Amino acid sequence: MDAMFALTVGVLVAAAAWLLLARDLLRGLLGFVLLGTGANLTIFAAGRTGTMVPPLVPPGAEALAADAANALPQALVLTAIVIGFGLAAFALVLVMRAHAAFGTVSAEEMDEAERPDDAAAPAPAPAAAVAGRKEAA
Amino acid sequence: MRQALLVAPILIPLAACAITAMLWQRPAAQRRVGLAAAVAMLLATLALLAEVIGGGMVVGQMGNWPAPFGISLVVDHLSAAMLVITGVMGLAVAIYAMGEGAEERDRAGFQPLFHALLMGVAGAFSTGDLFNLYVWFEVMLIASFGLLVLDRTREQLDGGIRYVMLNLVGTTFFLLAVGLVYGLTGTLNLADLARVAPTVENQGALAAAGMLLLIAFGAKAAVFPLFNWLPASYHTASMPVAAIFAALLTKVGVYAIIRVFTLVYAHDHALFGPVLGIVAMATMVVGVLGAAAHYDIRRILSFHIISQIGYMLVGVALMTPLAIAGSVLYVIHHIVVKANLFLVAGAVRRRGGSFALRRLGGLWLAAPLLGIGFLIPAMSLAGIPPLSGFWGKLVVIRAGLEAEAYVLAGVALAVGLLTLYSMVKIWNEAFWKAAPEALPAAPWTRAERFATFAPIVLLCGVTLTIGFWTEPFAAFSLDAAEVLLDREGYIAAVLGTPPAQLAEVAR
Repeated sequence: MDAMFALTVGVLVAAAAWLLLARDLLRGLLGFVLLGTGANLTIFAAGRTGTMVPPLVPPGAEALAADAANALPQALVLTAIVIGFGLAAFALVLVMRAHAAFGTVSAEEMDEAERPDDAAAPAPAPAAAVAGRKEAA
Repeated sequence: MRQALLVAPILIPLAACAITAMLWQRPAAQRRVGLAAAVAMLLATLALLAEVIGGGMVVGQMGNWPAPFGISLVVDHLSAAMLVITGVMGLAVAIYAMGEGAEERDRAGFQPLFHALLMGVAGAFSTGDLFNLYVWFEVMLIASFGLLVLDRTREQLDGGIRYVMLNLVGTTFFLLAVGLVYGLTGTLNLADLARVAPTVENQGALAAAGMLLLIAFGAKAAVFPLFNWLPASYHTASMPVAAIFAALLTKVGVYAIIRVFTLVYAHDHALFGPVLGIVAMATMVVGVLGAAAHYDIRRILSFHIISQIGYMLVGVALMTPLAIAGSVLYVIHHIVVKANLFLVAGAVRRRGGSFALRRLGGLWLAAPLLGIGFLIPAMSLAGIPPLSGFWGKLVVIRAGLEAEAYVLAGVALAVGLLTLYSMVKIWNEAFWKAAPEALPAAPWTRAERFATFAPIVLLCGVTLTIGFWTEPFAAFSLDAAEVLLDREGYIAAVLGTPPAQLAEVAR
């Protein structure tokens, strides 16, 4: 069971790393989601897997049964899923706005923040270069 | 009373965030609420600091769950100092944000996000739980995402995407490390972790998780080689936002490194000490060289944030009481100075019409107050005596020499010189040389002028106070270092006396 978990997490993280290296922002975002899933599964596996005994104290007993499931990782994963979902939603909206503003989701073709401040009127050269790259693509 | 003070720095911004969000349509009312909350937060953090200095560490168990089951809030000397600095910065930036462009910013939602950011930062400084630290990181992060792209310009969208993508990956690494640490130790409470960590059988795996934590915190603190998001994004933010980012965000990463590696990984210092030392040196050098190459005030200042982070890591790298005291003093001094420089940069832009050094000039004649407001933090940043930066650098370098880390001390000295070069470059170009084009006439209204200069003067005052009246600050830093190195004291304060059985049940 643990080996299965380890393998799954490994595949997820590897796929995430591959996607995150792409210049396409949507791929990068998917990579983040996969990486988050890998992290969540790690937490889940960290808190003991393989038991079906619910973490409830039986009537009359003082403590949990010895092989009861661990409820804490589930609470942690739940928190992490909610946070990850919020972040992914925000990042998706940001990418959409960027797509509307730049007409592309390729990180390479967004170079607005790299321009020096004294180019008050946008210099024609970078725009032409972008156009040239697009044609080449 | 102590418990109320403990949660006040988190609850006040939370309330301010909620109230300002409800006043969405009324920016003027939002600003008043925001300002009142910033004042209240500063007072609360000062009271908390007095409490810590008087009565030692303040510990609270949320929901009365005994540690290590619930979430503990722990405020020691370092946390209290960081909280006070957060309060000072919150107030300074809240005033500054009432100046130029306040109306548009507040319509875009500046106030709720700003207070959410303060809440995240205060939470990260107060918590005594690793997973809770992750949650506060995320609170801070999501608020900073919103603040960074507040004006929704193309430039900000581009910078925002770089910032968001790299930080998302950084925090996921944090989450992964939390999972691994929990799997190895069965606990997430920092005090309990400190107790259990040396007894863990698989020290290799624990060190690997520690390295993941270092990567996650290092990405947040913008250390070499994980700093690329910072110069790619900070200069695009509007000036109050850039100032609060420069003051607090990277320092949360530094704080997390100091906390976790003096407490949980202290037993593994033989591994992490050299790593941190090399990272600190590389961060100092790369940051200062990056700054030397640029001719835009905001970019120069952004690179200097990175460079200065290196000094703050020296303490954890050496782990001697003096070195850690140096780091603490340096963080306190640096936050004030760096935020002030960004505030000044905003005023320079308004007065001189640009951030580009090439197009600036003649500001010393046109605005002497601005010139002094720049000189004090700039010279302090470079470490000119008797300003605050000199004392910070003095303690750090002396600690380096005493620990026989001569290379580290030498690099720190050389980087100080190059910092001076960058600051003099800004001074010569923006203030000293003749203006290349006519300056805009009378840029500020009366109220804007006050809102712009009051925080600059306030922060200059703090810098001068630390510089001329160093004794109490240095003594405080030494106390903070002593508390940080007293792991047994921290564990006993959080867990109480019989922690052993509790932890067994938890596992």
